[in-house]
Amino acid sequence: MNFRFFFSEALRTLRRNSAPSIAAFLTVMVTTLVLGVFIPITNIATGAANDVRSRLMVEVFISDAATKAEVAALKGKLEANQYVKSVNYVSKAEAQESLSGTLKDASELLGKNPLPASYQVTPKDPDQVDAIVQSLQSSAKTSSGKPSYVSPAIDDVQNREDQTNKILTITGGVKFAMWGLAILLVLTSALLVGNTIRLSIYARRREVEVMRMVGATSWFIRWPFVIEGVFVGAAGGLFAVLMLLIFKQTVIDPVSDKFALFAAPDTINFWGLTLILMVSAVLISALGSGMTLRRFLRV
Amino acid sequence: MNASETVRQMGSPVVEFEHVTKVYDDGTLGLENASTVIREGEFVFLVGPTGCGKSTFIRLMMKEFDATEGHLYIAGRDITHMDRDRIPFLRRNIGAVFQDFKLLPNRTVYDNVAYSLLVTGASRAEIRQKVPHSLRLVGLSTKLHNYPDQLSGGEQQRVSIARAFVNHPPLLICDEPTGNLDPETSLGIMQLIYRINRTGTTVVVATHDKQMVDRMRRRVIELKDSHIVRDERAAQYTQEFAAIDDTHQSVDAA
Repeated sequence: MNFRFFFSEALRTLRRNSAPSIAAFLTVMVTTLVLGVFIPITNIATGAANDVRSRLMVEVFISDAATKAEVAALKGKLEANQYVKSVNYVSKAEAQESLSGTLKDASELLGKNPLPASYQVTPKDPDQVDAIVQSLQSSAKTSSGKPSYVSPAIDDVQNREDQTNKILTITGGVKFAMWGLAILLVLTSALLVGNTIRLSIYARRREVEVMRMVGATSWFIRWPFVIEGVFVGAAGGLFAVLMLLIFKQTVIDPVSDKFALFAAPDTINFWGLTLILMVSAVLISALGSGMTLRRFLRV
Repeated sequence: MNASETVRQMGSPVVEFEHVTKVYDDGTLGLENASTVIREGEFVFLVGPTGCGKSTFIRLMMKEFDATEGHLYIAGRDITHMDRDRIPFLRRNIGAVFQDFKLLPNRTVYDNVAYSLLVTGASRAEIRQKVPHSLRLVGLSTKLHNYPDQLSGGEQQRVSIARAFVNHPPLLICDEPTGNLDPETSLGIMQLIYRINRTGTTVVVATHDKQMVDRMRRRVIELKDSHIVRDERAAQYTQEFAAIDDTHQSVDAA
C-alpha cells in the first residue's frame, strides 16, 4: 500500500476542489455541533425523568380507626403482593416530622396531628404502580362513588403517576425531535460529503481513466477519494468538538455549581462525548464517500 | 526476413475472438459474430469506417465490458466472464495508445510515464530504471521535465507510447494512434510502433488511414457494420519499414 501516494492525491484534490469541500466540512461541523449539544441535553432530561420514576411509589394511607391487627394484616398483604419491592411504615409522628416550615407550624397550631399513618410501597418496576393500586381496590364501589379497598384499614391510596407521565411524555417528545433532527442532519452531511467526492471524481476523471487503463486495482483508485471524504469529516468533527470545549469552559463550567442538572452524575463525560462525536463525523463522511464511489466510480 | 515472419505466424495465439457478439445496453449492435485469431508477434491493422465496430473490438480486448455472446481469449485465457478483481492485472499486460493521448496535463513527461508504474505498485528503483529507458526508446530523453502542452502532437503521442510500453507488455493496442497527426508525424509514430513490434510485441492498430495501411502491407482485418468483412495477410510484407528501421539502430532488445 502506497499511503504517501494516496495522501498526496487526496490533499491535491482538496486544494484544487476547495469550495465543495468547505461546504461539506461546514455541514459536518454543524451536524456534530448539534449532536454535541443534544446528546447531553437528552441525557439530562432522561436522567431527570428516570430519577422521578425511581422515586415513584404508592402511598397507602391508614385509617385512624384501624385496629393493630388490621394494620398488621394489611402489611402482610402488601408484602405478599408480587409487584411490591419494599414496604415502609410511616407513623403519624414521622409524617408530622417530615413536614417543614410553615406547614409544621400550622399543624402545631391545630393541637393534634391531622396526618394519617401510611405505608410507602415501592414497586419493583415503576410501570407496575397501576397494578398495585388496582390490587388494593375491591370491585365493589361505596355509595359515595369512592372506590372501596380490600382492607378496612385503608383510608386512601395515592400515587404520583400522573405527574410522572407528564414528565415522561415531554422528555419522550424532546428525544423524538432530537433524533429526527439528528437523522436529517446526518443525511444532509452524508449527501454533501458525497457530492464533494462526486465533484472530485469529476475533477480527476482523466487520472481515473489513465489509472484504469494501465491496470490500477479498484481500491487503489478509490483510496484517495475515501481519504479525502474522511479528512473532510474528521476536520468538521474536530472543529465542532473544539467549539464545544470552548463553550463548555466559558459558559457551562462557571455556572455548573448553581445548576444541579449540569452536575448530575449521569451527564455524559466530555471525553466520551468527544469520542462519540468524532466517530460519528468520520462515519457520516465515510458513508457519503462510500455511496458516491459505488454510484459514480465504476472501476 | 520471410523465414522469421513464418515463425511469428505460427506463434501461440495472443487474442482469440470466438463468435463474439456485443450488443450495448441501449440495443446498439457493436460487433456481431466476430471470429479471428491474432498470434504472438503479429502486426495487425484494424480498418473500417467510423462506427463499424473498431472501438468495440478494442474495448472488448481491454475488457471494458463483457461480450454479449461468444468467447474471447487473451493469451489463452478466457476473459469473457472474467472476475472484476482480475481485470486490472489483465490490463497491466496490455499497452494502450489512443488518438487523444490521454496524458495528464498537470504532470511532466517523466511523471506521466512514471504514473502508470506508480499506480500498479512498482518500486521507486523500478520506476527510476524503467522510465528513462522507455523515454529513450521513443526519442524523448531531452524532454523529461516538459509538460504535455509544451510538446507537439507527435511528441505527446510518443510519451503515451512510452507509457504503454514501459512495462514491456506482450500486447500493444493502438486506437487511431495517428488520427490527430499530420502524415509525416504519423509515419514517425508508425515506425515507432513497428519497432516495438520487432521486439516481439504483438500489435493491433485501429486506423482509417488507408494510405498507411496500403503502404505497410501488414495483416488487415476490415470491419463493416459490426462484421469482419475481410481478414487478409499481404502475400509479401513490405520491406519499407524494415529499411527505415535499419537506419535507427536504437531498437530495444528487450
